[in-house]
Amino acid sequence: MQNFEIYDLIEIAVFFAVLLLLVKPLGAYMAAVFQGERNLLSPAVRPVERLVYRLAAIDEQKETGWKRYAFSLLLLNFILMIFIFLVLVFQGVLPLNPEGFPGFPLPLAFNTAVSFATNTNWQAYSGESTASYFTQTVALALSFFVTPAIGLTVIIPLIRGIVRRTATQIGNFWVDLTRGILYILLPVALLAALFLVSQGVIQNFGGYRQVDLAQPAAGAAGLLTTQTIPMGPVASFESIKLLGTNGGGFFGANSAHPYENPSPLTNFVEILLFLAIPFALTYTFGRMSGNTRQGWAILAAMMVILIGSLGAMYWAEEAGNPLVHQQGIAGPNMEGKEVRFGIGGSVLFAAGTTATSDGAVNSMHDSYMPLGGGVALLLILLSEVVPGGVGSGLYTMLGFVIIAVFVAGLMIGRTPEFLGKKIEVREMWMAVIIVLTSGISVLVFSGVALLLSAGTSAILNPGPHGLTEVLYAFASGSNNNGSAFAGLGANTPFYNFTLGVAMLLGRFVPALAALAMAGSLAAKKYVPPSVGTLPTNNPTFTGWLIVVVIIVGALTFLPALGLGPIVEQLQMIGR
Amino acid sequence: MKLAEIKRAVVILVIFLVLLTGVYPAVVTLVGKIAFPGKAGGSLVERNGAVYGSSLIGQPFSDPKYFWPRPSATAPAGRMPYDPMASGGSNLGPTNPALLDETGAAARQLRDSGVSGPLPIDLVTSSASGLDPDITVEAAEAQAARVGQARHMSAAQVEQLINAHKQGRTFGFLGRERVNVLELNLALDAAG
Repeated sequence: MQNFEIYDLIEIAVFFAVLLLLVKPLGAYMAAVFQGERNLLSPAVRPVERLVYRLAAIDEQKETGWKRYAFSLLLLNFILMIFIFLVLVFQGVLPLNPEGFPGFPLPLAFNTAVSFATNTNWQAYSGESTASYFTQTVALALSFFVTPAIGLTVIIPLIRGIVRRTATQIGNFWVDLTRGILYILLPVALLAALFLVSQGVIQNFGGYRQVDLAQPAAGAAGLLTTQTIPMGPVASFESIKLLGTNGGGFFGANSAHPYENPSPLTNFVEILLFLAIPFALTYTFGRMSGNTRQGWAILAAMMVILIGSLGAMYWAEEAGNPLVHQQGIAGPNMEGKEVRFGIGGSVLFAAGTTATSDGAVNSMHDSYMPLGGGVALLLILLSEVVPGGVGSGLYTMLGFVIIAVFVAGLMIGRTPEFLGKKIEVREMWMAVIIVLTSGISVLVFSGVALLLSAGTSAILNPGPHGLTEVLYAFASGSNNNGSAFAGLGANTPFYNFTLGVAMLLGRFVPALAALAMAGSLAAKKYVPPSVGTLPTNNPTFTGWLIVVVIIVGALTFLPALGLGPIVEQLQMIGR
Repeated sequence: MKLAEIKRAVVILVIFLVLLTGVYPAVVTLVGKIAFPGKAGGSLVERNGAVYGSSLIGQPFSDPKYFWPRPSATAPAGRMPYDPMASGGSNLGPTNPALLDETGAAARQLRDSGVSGPLPIDLVTSSASGLDPDITVEAAEAQAARVGQARHMSAAQVEQLINAHKQGRTFGFLGRERVNVLELNLALDAAG
């Protein structure tokens, strides 16, 4: 199997080359959009944008302070959540339900509504046997556009806060939201959806097809002669699911399903879709702050951690399972992976989806080698900053940047400043809240789950792997990822409720802290750089930032990781 | 002021509802229907007017005269393998004894059917979707002798069919070389 490696490495190298080439044009475009400059799509989109403002009585010129901005953001999110909840509960009487699925039970509806309104897309249900076309294309697909746009409406005002001097206003929430959707998410999603249809992703509103099997097969219930093939408007769902780092699958198998991801080429494009905006935002940040080197310095830190993690994951999966090899079987770890993607296309997706807040999967992380699955878990536990979700990744990373600046300042006796803004107590508080909220949530909830039989009875795999399943679930929920060690039977009232609360905390506490930081930074005076200023846009700072991200993540979670994936890897080698 | 803001939130959600969940999927559906009707409709395989499934969705072949697909985890109690209504993987962890029971059982079945040498890993592990339509070229070649014997075909004839159904890597480097099991088996039937 050694001979496959070279193609995998070429695939990964070409992937990152294409991704890096996209960063500058896409990042510059997004900066232009949010600064209200004329851009490529203005002729087509501007009239629609103005119509939206007129219908919703939005004054485009009027900006607000951070509190008002945050109020609008929470309000919109709350209404969205209620709307999704109602659609789920009343699915049975709503249209576009050819299979006649009943409404979701209340705990599952709560969990799912929170999950989709927080950009998590944790799914305790399986789409093809539970959710109607109306639920998927109306309620869930609406959240696919609105929640990443909300991520943008946190990072953009935070950038403005860094750039503006002695200002009280950080932007107009409604304008930022509308621009994010109309200029960025919708056009790219449309193009990508059309490409996916051309490659075999299905797109129709037909009823499920019953077909005769070429060879009748023996099943548990006797001889089976037919197969029921689900249908649906998948391509339009799939493209924004990935672009918006949402991740909720149309089908239970998510992006491993051949109708969601039929070929190696669609796989390549799908990974590109969820990594493009989070990485490009570093350039948007550089452009808007007039310091593009700062954007590249942050991007470099993200890339180093991501590619390092990917390497470890690839090595573990390509080496394969020694216990299986003892049975006279040769090859890499293919349990829970699709042949068409191979190891390269599977781990690239897995690393990308856990490093962003996407959470779509094209292979089953629960069946990864202990080290491979452990790396996926670690990427989520690092708070998803390499590069993280749309908007949420960069504002969390900027939390780490503030902490890195502050700690470095303490160590070498310089005043902590970032891009001409003094870092003081208030900013440090906000940065700590941004960085630590999800970690506290993961550890507290996992601990509670492991103490209660309601928590442990849902575990599928025995031993340390079972601990990893629980830890992964709360890591995924608290960081709004949504992928799972899917062996955990999480559709229980206990998990539906606790994971729902974890998702709410992990989404809104850091977002509010980031907006508060935007407000306090905007109010500050500009301090011109002096000899006492620590430069934050050179390789030294990039290296320091990497160290800070890893130390915070490692110190918080090393004991838990030690009892889960690390001990399992050691047990496996020892057998 | 608060009331106006609530109204604004509702109005903007309604606008987005129309645009993003009405117009957008409608455009994609329409273009798909006109430009790629077969693909948008599920890549169904038709022969003599009858639909034999989809080339993207695997089927549970088990007869010795057909190439076998990978094990499928859509088959817990009461279900069948390759059930598209229950897509998903086994989610068994790498050190779980249940996983080793499954790979061991699949390996024994292959040995009993006459495969010698190291067994291709994809033939003993279940896929992520449970619907994987493909097997590796090695997995097809490992089964060629059995299929040829059951059908009284020469090794060269079977080999020729496998070669005709090989799908290479996209652009020469993306993904993996593979064979679509349903298409290969339908070609076998057509060849007699």
